[in-house]
Amino acid sequence: MRHGVARFVTGFLALPVALYLFYVVWPFAQAAGYSLTDWGGYSDTQNFVGLDNYVRLFKDELVRKAFWHNVFFLVTLPLITITLALFLAFLLNVGGRGNRAGVRGVFGSALYKVIFFFPITLSLVVIAIMWQQVYRSDDQGLINGVLMKIGLVDRDNPIAFTADPEPFLGVPAVLWWLLLIAVWSGVGFYMVLFSAAMQSIPKDIYEAALLDGASRVHTFFRVTLPLLRDTVAVAWVYLGFIALDMYALVFVMTPSQGGPNHASEIFASVINFTAFQKGQFGYACAMAVALAIFTMVLAALQLRITRRDRIEL
Amino acid sequence: MSLPREFPDLTRRTLLRRAAAAGLLATPAAGLLAACAGNEPDRPSSGGGAEKSKDNPFGVKDGSSVKVVIFNGGLGDQWAKEDKAIFAEKHPNITVNMSSTQKIKTEEQPKMATTPSDLIMNSGADSMDRSTLINEGAIEPLDDLLTAPAWDSEGTVADSLLPGTVADGTQNGKFYVVNIAFTVWGNWYNAALFEKEGWQPPTTWDEFFALAPKIKAKGMAPYVHDAVHGYYPRWALMASIWKAAGKQAVINIDNLEDGAWQVDGVLKGLEPWEKLVKDKLLLPGQLNHTQSQQAWLDGKAAFIQVGTWLKNEMAATIPPGFELTLSDYWSNPDDVAAKDVFAGSGEGFVVPSKAPNKEAAKEFLRAVLSKKGAARFAELTKSLASTKGSGDNVQDSALASANALMKQATGDLISVKFPDFYADLDKESQNLSEELMAGRITAKQFVDKMQAAADKVKKDDSIKKQTRTA
Repeated sequence: MRHGVARFVTGFLALPVALYLFYVVWPFAQAAGYSLTDWGGYSDTQNFVGLDNYVRLFKDELVRKAFWHNVFFLVTLPLITITLALFLAFLLNVGGRGNRAGVRGVFGSALYKVIFFFPITLSLVVIAIMWQQVYRSDDQGLINGVLMKIGLVDRDNPIAFTADPEPFLGVPAVLWWLLLIAVWSGVGFYMVLFSAAMQSIPKDIYEAALLDGASRVHTFFRVTLPLLRDTVAVAWVYLGFIALDMYALVFVMTPSQGGPNHASEIFASVINFTAFQKGQFGYACAMAVALAIFTMVLAALQLRITRRDRIEL
Repeated sequence: MSLPREFPDLTRRTLLRRAAAAGLLATPAAGLLAACAGNEPDRPSSGGGAEKSKDNPFGVKDGSSVKVVIFNGGLGDQWAKEDKAIFAEKHPNITVNMSSTQKIKTEEQPKMATTPSDLIMNSGADSMDRSTLINEGAIEPLDDLLTAPAWDSEGTVADSLLPGTVADGTQNGKFYVVNIAFTVWGNWYNAALFEKEGWQPPTTWDEFFALAPKIKAKGMAPYVHDAVHGYYPRWALMASIWKAAGKQAVINIDNLEDGAWQVDGVLKGLEPWEKLVKDKLLLPGQLNHTQSQQAWLDGKAAFIQVGTWLKNEMAATIPPGFELTLSDYWSNPDDVAAKDVFAGSGEGFVVPSKAPNKEAAKEFLRAVLSKKGAARFAELTKSLASTKGSGDNVQDSALASANALMKQATGDLISVKFPDFYADLDKESQNLSEELMAGRITAKQFVDKMQAAADKVKKDDSIKKQTRTA
């Protein structure tokens, strides 16, 4: 690099890096420090307790429960969201009728794109508030109200949605209902992401495949999916982060924030309870650090598994 | 006793702020937690040191300023603005910087260890855990406020307060929390409707179960309650436990005595609630506080259990002719303490230990607790203040029925301490109250699970233990 350019680049980067160090990296380091203490959060005194908080973490039943609930989202959320997003993106870009020349999306795909993308423009908490009305558990709820009118739901036994801890396929119903919202709100973004990636696939490849008589299903699995591998891998990691969070939905939508009776407890809600209700910031910091390590290990693993030689187009 | 209640509907602003908080918690949860601490030496007070007198018992310096944070929930904040004017009558040269919020903990907790506000109304769903504040030495004992002369009546501030207010604000032998409102809980009904239908408001469980079929015959559900926030049903359950088993039984529960939950009286207090659920006398659906209150106002249910802030909270949607009337929680004839009423002071103000102008904070509290301030409080909020005589001149059916109930209350006031003492038991009892009222557990399972949770807290050395004596 020529002399001068380095100085130019450094000059531009210094401020953002300093801000990042101070507001992101330093609090992380502080949290790691506090996780080794019994700090209560309201004073500036604390005792060093070594790794006690981490030992306690592995014995804590509530943490274990929250962990498995996060794992549930970790498995289902990326799988369902990516599958659905791929399907929609394929239909909107190359899924159009094959009886005419050229490769195009289904009829009206421009409109669908806007509709599917729309939830992304809303804050997650706005989405949660909106779905509270959809899920409301009496005749004024959107779903319950309609189903009661047509007689599919008994007035005395409305669907409880996020207040329902009964297991469905071994997982509390409340988590499935939250999953539905998470998928609904996320799928549009990944659809657009995959659409963009699909547009960069040269049309000639599709045309060649069509000429060879490939069906739409074949084109998807033999052409589209392999060429989208990198994008899907990135989406997988992003969705993994979201699945390990889920805080806003749990906080706004479930009874007693993590209920009923811990049925929707997740890492973040346990951290919130431990820090802000129990006043055990040290222990809560240990949970947060554990979660951060888990998240990073997971991301590294996912990227490693999905890595493969890049295909030059 | 803190009253973690008003859980106002999410407004757009709190929503955005909550979204921001949630976003922060996402991956860098660690960062959020850590961002609050810091080390700073204690600063000398900036506002004290002036000469002390009857009208200035704490020696607040003229020209100083005091930062007051008001919880703007079900009671609104207009009363606080009027207190500010009352304060200014005696102290025109002290600046009161008042702000109101619903997010007390979110906004004030991060400042507690460094530069807190001078006076904080620590109330609402987003309030700071009281035991933690005291155990961490983060708030100031206010015993000298109690012995100071009252603002506009004879005697001391302590003399001017309703019974229970000082005890409610005391922990470990010191007075920390100044509760300014006095709340009464019970079963509410619409007196106009009951008169029209010729229904006699029940006082015992038997009378209620006899009346219930008649209510159902009118297409109404006999009972509704907030099923989303566990502390709502817990008020009712704990009131029934107290009535059936007596004061000492609840004191034993609060003190984590062995087997305190499993005595016969406790179970007897809960069994009518189990029957109420089993007999399907609840309005179907899991409604929150405002939804359930609106359903009751809409005539979908005959009774709702909640405290005296109800009228103020629902003021905008009360139909004309609807007479909100409070009655005591039902009891059984052979209950030990059937006549004890669930009432107590709430809406607690605290003064942070590191507040720069503690003297002015205490002086402001004196103004809040004044006769004049309390009367305006009752008038504006339709709730009693913890200063004596606040409701004497207010004409209102809801407040009048609460007043009448308080006058009948000859015995002790029902109060429960363990949720304030132990966050774990607070959570567990909320969860189990929801479960019992949803019919997913029986009364017997409720007491057994609570006993197990209490035993676990008792054995946990990392939790500081509290004792209740009265």
